[in-house]
Amino acid sequence: MQFPEELRYTTTHEWIKLQGTEAVVGITAHAQQELRDIVFIELPKVGTVVKQAAAVAVIESVKAAFDIYAPVSGTIKRVNEAVTGSPQRVNQDCYGVGWLFAIEPSDSQEFSRLLSVEAYRQKLQAETH
Amino acid sequence: MTEPLIFERSVSGRRGYRLSPSDVPTCSITQLLPQDQRRTEVLPLPELSELDVVRHFTRISQLNFSVDTHCYPLGSCTMKYNPKLNDRVAAMPAFAWLHPFQPADQLQGILRLLYELEQLLCAITGMSAFTLQPAAGAQGELTGLKIIAAYHRRKRRRRSIILIPDSAHGTNPASAALAGFQVVQLKSGMDGLIDTQELRARLNSNVAALMLTNPNTLGLFERQIKSICALMHERDALVYMDGANMNALLGIARPGELGVDLLQLNLHKTFSTPHGGGGPGAGPVGVTRSLERFLPLPRVRRVGKRWVWTEHSEASIGRVHGFYGNIGVLIRAYIYIRTLGREGLSRAGCHAVVNANYLKKKLQDIFPVAFPQACMHEFVLSLKSLKAQGLTAWDVAKRLLDYGFYAPTVYFPLIVDEALMIEPTETESKETLDELAEALRKIACEAKEDPQLVSRAPHRMAVGRLDEVKAAREPDLRWNPASVPTAVAH
Repeated sequence: MQFPEELRYTTTHEWIKLQGTEAVVGITAHAQQELRDIVFIELPKVGTVVKQAAAVAVIESVKAAFDIYAPVSGTIKRVNEAVTGSPQRVNQDCYGVGWLFAIEPSDSQEFSRLLSVEAYRQKLQAETH
Repeated sequence: MTEPLIFERSVSGRRGYRLSPSDVPTCSITQLLPQDQRRTEVLPLPELSELDVVRHFTRISQLNFSVDTHCYPLGSCTMKYNPKLNDRVAAMPAFAWLHPFQPADQLQGILRLLYELEQLLCAITGMSAFTLQPAAGAQGELTGLKIIAAYHRRKRRRRSIILIPDSAHGTNPASAALAGFQVVQLKSGMDGLIDTQELRARLNSNVAALMLTNPNTLGLFERQIKSICALMHERDALVYMDGANMNALLGIARPGELGVDLLQLNLHKTFSTPHGGGGPGAGPVGVTRSLERFLPLPRVRRVGKRWVWTEHSEASIGRVHGFYGNIGVLIRAYIYIRTLGREGLSRAGCHAVVNANYLKKKLQDIFPVAFPQACMHEFVLSLKSLKAQGLTAWDVAKRLLDYGFYAPTVYFPLIVDEALMIEPTETESKETLDELAEALRKIACEAKEDPQLVSRAPHRMAVGRLDEVKAAREPDLRWNPASVPTAVAH
């Protein structure tokens, strides 16, 4: 399973990438595999102010419905409309065309406290044992 | 599908019956209805003989899994047998031909039945009053949450949070959100029960109520329920109990005595009225004396030897159903309770618990039980060990169909990895439980020896693995006539 080095991760299986003033968010390869085939995605509205760890999106798969949490506090700047039309994009390419939304972080401290790729891998290992 | 749609069997001009010529004067539809109320397109109804129709629906019924044909251990759904007597009574003309607009003095029989059903549900649960209106468990939840909101509004304060354990029924957070509350989830403790430390940490003056399922969806009884209720009441927050799992408590514990302020009962679960395939259901809501005034209207009241509707109550949350709920379902539940009586209901509750524990004991060496302590009416297995063979709980559920068992609930509760949730109910015999355990033992062997046999199941059904992804992404829900004649002469 791939976990790109340049990303930060959450314990709830989201990834986040800083790009200029905004941070792009999606779900990890592990989350994608556990969810199995995704059939429905509800994204937040652009302009919504969110708090770190608050549920901001919903992903429904053939297994169940799951909340997606904001990795950092901030304002939703963009959402990936393409995945609501074709949710399979998240299954196919969760770090690329399957991104979910972009946040403008309001607290830069939060970002530095997120998991590094090593820490995320360790967490996954602990979960499966 | 082995059986086409009835529309696809249609042959133009074929008739089941031919009516004799009319012996009363006829007039044109144009004289009866204004133009904007007249259909201009042909209504493409199927044209078949009576025999074609009977065979079509008989064949469809034979493709079905139902409690009448198969053991149905669908966890959290209490798929117990529905005695035929209940249907016979509900179909009696004195009930079936009533009209809700008849005046109360012509409805004394049904009003008395509804009144007595409310009394019986109060006696069973220890609550003070019930509304029988809600048409489903989830609507009962919404009704309860509206009552919680009304209670706090009456005290002139706004409380916006509902605490919900992660072991609660999946509908609870949805109902709370629909009622305008903010949901805060409580993480279960290591024993699968509410962690009172976690509860204390989340409790503040903005909490309107705790919404718990007891026994919870792991099939475990919340042993701390009394102190949990006391903790909530100290803050003048209410305790809502999802009573969908009431089957396990029948004759054993009364939620009203445990400190619960309000709950819904799923008559289509515990009280043996038919369900599955969309109802109709019934989710009566019971409350303590202090919440009675918030109940929906109308209610049935007894005045001397007569039963009347109560239409007014200043504090009521209003109506939640047209007329008075699903009356046919309420009649069946009443007959079920009266047939079993106090002793029979207690035995039903005890046997539901004994059956679940017997089956759990037989299965625990095959698949690990998520929480090994004694369970109530249901238990949850974790099938994560099958990942080594590339198999899932989903595959096992499909394979069980081949052995003649309806698939148990899968992937719920979410806190158990590869969950398989089994609720046998009290109406299954020991022999059937043994057969179910044997089927799961065989599937566990197949998973090791021939994983493809399991991953491609079912093999003996009318259809194989359905494309659930396509069904969800591109739902095809109605028949679309290829060509409908466009005009019709009046």
